[in-house]
Amino acid sequence: MAIRTRMSGNEAVAYAIKQINPDVMPAFPITPSTEIPQFVASMIANGEIDTEFIPVESEHSAMSATMGASAAGARAMTATSSCGLALMWEVLYVAASSRLPIVLALVNRGLTGPLNINAEHSDSMGARDAGWIQIYSESNQEAYDNFLQANRIAEHASVHLPVMICQDGFITSHAVQNITLWEDEPIKKFVGEYNPEHYLLKEDESMAVGPYAVSNYCMEEKKAQAEAMKNAKQVILDVAKEFEAVTGQKYGLFEEYRLEDAEYAVVAIGSVCGTIKDAVDALRDKGMKVGLLKVRVFRPFPGEEMAKALKHCKAIGIMDRCESYSANGGPLGAELMAALFREKVTAEAVNIMYGLSGRDVTVGDMGEVFGWLEKMAAGELHFDEYPYLGLRD
Amino acid sequence: MRHLTEIRWHGRGGQGAKTAALLLADVAFQAGKQVQGFPEYGPERMGAPITAYDRISDKEIRVHSNIYEPDFVAVVDDTLLHTVDVTAGLKADGGILINTQKSAEEILPLLKGYTGKIYLLDAHKVSMATLGKYFPNTPMLAGVVKISEVMEIHEFLREMEESLKHKFARKPEVLEGNLKALRMAIDEVQCIQ
Repeated sequence: MAIRTRMSGNEAVAYAIKQINPDVMPAFPITPSTEIPQFVASMIANGEIDTEFIPVESEHSAMSATMGASAAGARAMTATSSCGLALMWEVLYVAASSRLPIVLALVNRGLTGPLNINAEHSDSMGARDAGWIQIYSESNQEAYDNFLQANRIAEHASVHLPVMICQDGFITSHAVQNITLWEDEPIKKFVGEYNPEHYLLKEDESMAVGPYAVSNYCMEEKKAQAEAMKNAKQVILDVAKEFEAVTGQKYGLFEEYRLEDAEYAVVAIGSVCGTIKDAVDALRDKGMKVGLLKVRVFRPFPGEEMAKALKHCKAIGIMDRCESYSANGGPLGAELMAALFREKVTAEAVNIMYGLSGRDVTVGDMGEVFGWLEKMAAGELHFDEYPYLGLRD
Repeated sequence: MRHLTEIRWHGRGGQGAKTAALLLADVAFQAGKQVQGFPEYGPERMGAPITAYDRISDKEIRVHSNIYEPDFVAVVDDTLLHTVDVTAGLKADGGILINTQKSAEEILPLLKGYTGKIYLLDAHKVSMATLGKYFPNTPMLAGVVKISEVMEIHEFLREMEESLKHKFARKPEVLEGNLKALRMAIDEVQCIQ
């Protein structure tokens, strides 16, 4: 029996944490993710879960303490946003290369500046090469469902990597919407107990975590870590299948929405995909063959799979909620363009910058984007640079 | 009743417009609706203009943008009428509810010729009479339910009683005051156009 209720995205993630009941949660508050540790702390105070909460003095310490707990053999998680993630930076790499299955609830918010608290993907995208698995959510429901699957992926023997589950700050983290929660018992069974094979507090086994490695060994370590990230693709799909058997919810590396016969496709990440679905339906009603490819998993990057799914399109718009300042477009744009080239996809393609610092995107805005794609395919429109959607002159 | 009703709230930080928007989403959910209630966040501080939104629908709500063409607008503080374009995009077949102690003659010129329904509610009077303190959001919530017809009034009052009972389990006098405020507000809403 599922529980139909209404919750914000932050409440939904806190509820997932309650059902997982991790061993340790160190956290430091930062907008807009503050509510997550706040709700978890209340659950602990109320005796609903027996997680050890560690209030720390900074995000660097939060990630360090999470790492320490995980290395010791505990199931450990934390939550943060924006500059909080930036302050964790050094430790993010250490956590991943130490192969610690940490789970991080990331509520996406732009990095400063200008100083702003709203949704943007510059925090997680900045950490895209830190060695973490990254899974993004469109809604409160997906933030909850994705979070419930995170431990299974992170702790899998062929992966052993940290996972961040991302959702858009305020847009889903603070919006109250309908949600279906799953019963404790099947979820606890699905998530399972954490029984690591090797850990620091294991009796009769001495080990070191994060020691210095000379050049003779370092490169092999890095290759092994890269292989683990590759392995994660199949594990994410397998875990999603099991999750579907428990809940009926379908998840993949990405979602194809009316994409099968689409001539014009948009590729995007996060909450904007809900808005795009409404735009796709409205344009389909008018006879325009449009579709959406929603990226759920950004790390590992399913480039080949996405390129194949887009191969039949005439024009593709790749939306980035993160300016890379590379003079070469955003991260999704750059990586997907390369994947399209490798798959010999000949469609017109444009990278589009949108929603920076929480700039709103409407169904009408997406109609404009699909209009661009139609004109590009007809040879009537060409962008010399990647356009900014809704930019004021 | 509309399949999708979109409501925009204008208030000032600290007046409870955000809380009212979330309460409306909550009570509409209890009545079996698909809901989305969310505030627009900026540099929050007491007294600064804030906006909050509600979508109430029979179908799944996927869109995640703000609301630019609302069916209804609620203005929790009438001083905003001078500085915020509260009727921007407001549908002519919808309506606006303004919390004010001013007369229709004073309010009408501030609404830029809006042709839809205009309602006034003295939430101050209602709040002082029933709660003894000024909490404009409770009367305004009832007013919005009345003008938007997103649910039946008796259904609204029943669901509110349930949730307030739970919230104020140890303060029955507050529960009673809030219920009185809701009922009185429903009677006090005055249509001036």
